[in-house]
Amino acid sequence: KLYNVHMIHTVALTDCNTLQEEDQTDSYSRLLLQYFLAEGVVCGHQLYLASARDHPDDIIQNLPLPILDDDVTPKLGEPLPPADAQPPDPMKIAWRYQNFPKVQTEPVSSFRFGHYYDLSKRMDPQLLQATQFHTFYLPEETEERSSSLGPYSGLLQSIQTVIRNEGFDGSSSQVVRNVLRLGVHSLGSALWGDDVCLSESPAHSHALTTFLYALRALLRSSLSVAVVTVPAHLIQSKSVLGRMVKLSDAVVALESFCSSERETSSVYREYHGLLHIRQVPHLNCLVCEVPDNKDLAFKLKRKQFSIEKLHLPPDLSETVSRVSKSKAEGSSGCGSAPSGHVQLDF
Amino acid sequence: MFPDLNSILNSSPDSFREREFILLSDRQADASFLIHHYLTFYLKARCKVCFLGLVQSFSHYSVVSQRLGVNLTQAKEKGQLVFLEGLKASPGVLLNEDTSDTTHTFDYLRSPCAELRGLFEFVCKSLSQSGDEAGSEPWAPPVLIIDDLSVLLSLGVSAGAILDFTHYCQATICSQLQGSLVALVRCDDEEWDEDEENSSYLLKALTHQCSLSLRVEGLSTGYCRDIHGQVEIWRRGRAEENQRKVFQYKVHDKGASFFAPGTSRAVL
Repeated sequence: KLYNVHMIHTVALTDCNTLQEEDQTDSYSRLLLQYFLAEGVVCGHQLYLASARDHPDDIIQNLPLPILDDDVTPKLGEPLPPADAQPPDPMKIAWRYQNFPKVQTEPVSSFRFGHYYDLSKRMDPQLLQATQFHTFYLPEETEERSSSLGPYSGLLQSIQTVIRNEGFDGSSSQVVRNVLRLGVHSLGSALWGDDVCLSESPAHSHALTTFLYALRALLRSSLSVAVVTVPAHLIQSKSVLGRMVKLSDAVVALESFCSSERETSSVYREYHGLLHIRQVPHLNCLVCEVPDNKDLAFKLKRKQFSIEKLHLPPDLSETVSRVSKSKAEGSSGCGSAPSGHVQLDF
Repeated sequence: MFPDLNSILNSSPDSFREREFILLSDRQADASFLIHHYLTFYLKARCKVCFLGLVQSFSHYSVVSQRLGVNLTQAKEKGQLVFLEGLKASPGVLLNEDTSDTTHTFDYLRSPCAELRGLFEFVCKSLSQSGDEAGSEPWAPPVLIIDDLSVLLSLGVSAGAILDFTHYCQATICSQLQGSLVALVRCDDEEWDEDEENSSYLLKALTHQCSLSLRVEGLSTGYCRDIHGQVEIWRRGRAEENQRKVFQYKVHDKGASFFAPGTSRAVL
């Protein structure tokens, strides 16, 4: 169910960055950023969080509570729940589908990866205290600008300092096999002092891409992994967005149905949005594991965020479709009131 | 090195055309696997290779080349390969830490006067000193491989400056030194963008300069697990042999296979 955490985690093994295109309201992308950070807390990694809008401490305070009980989730190597194993009832009418494989909506991996979280509760403050945090909050930083990095030179400087001081670049003699998790929230928004969101030909259009390039260089030479969320719907220039995608290793775009016409579409009624995999990382190899299916959708349950293969809901009873059909016919009739004897009205 | 591609292009490490400008490009796909092909191809052909690694670190190229049967570290020690770690050097240059004399190479990272003159001087210097060491047999003609040119646009270098750079390189390497030039350009997806500074413009201009173009595109029907895309191969020549061929390809762990459209093993 934590497919995303899974994916980011595989990324974490190799030093690269994930770009996340935000959904319009930034609620789900923020959640995924929190998942990424929470996983770092549980694994004992060091965290770095940069933000221009919300104070990093606020984001950290709201990290979800990890579920550490092993009996809640299937253990390693345990077969799938027995419900699947039982032979289903023989089909009498739709007998052609008897031998079809059952649709597995959630991507299954043979082993458990990462941890599960309870989104309705906050993380234990004691657990947070045990973790080493580095934060970067733009309004509290002193303004320093270099010509090619524009508003991002302070951020890059700060990341480099943390990587050097904590020995993640492998320069220090002491053997630290720890990972630094970098999270950058809403990079490129106007609050960072950038104007890529404001005009199609921004004054320093190269600052953002140059920053991502330098960040990529820092990650490649250190034990660190970064997740950057970007308000892609606000960025006016499409070529800037395309370059940003090429400068990152993995790109995931969230398309929320919130306040879009798809929210009411019956096809998508089970989901809260679509998840597009724009780019998969291939580092140290010619080709990487490609998913079978790129049509993924996500939904937010009360306690967890789950990502599933997109599939149409079954059209269960005959009457349901009949009713909607007759309704559709009725409303398209020549202005007759669609009440009562719909089919005889015309 | 991919044997399939060699047979399509009718070349091998023992016999290959000299003075070529090979342009690799992509749209909605990733053509960087071809960079690995040419890197290992020219190293096997005993050419002196200068590699400008602007988007990946040395270890990435090294690990992939190892799978294709070439040891980059050894080639570097022998002096056959000159590798520029453009990516690794960038944070230091951008944060104004490096003040040593070699930093003219990375002048393209310094705005507002982002220019590639220093990079060109680096290329000339590394390729002209081929086979100088006493006792070693001279290398075959020099080759410059650039991965990739379009990232320079992201760093604020103008398309005009990039075209000047490739033109200078072509004049020096292909004409004077009888060598070859391989460059990758990754294109943005938007074709309607009329801006002069975009990668589509760069690609058009470079296609005009090159002698062999390998253009990688995604399938028009969308994502597929068994066919990763198609390559359009076009060679400049006389009108009767000026032809373009289209192949579909699939990248494997240790190579890539190319086949005529519609003849994938998964389809047949």
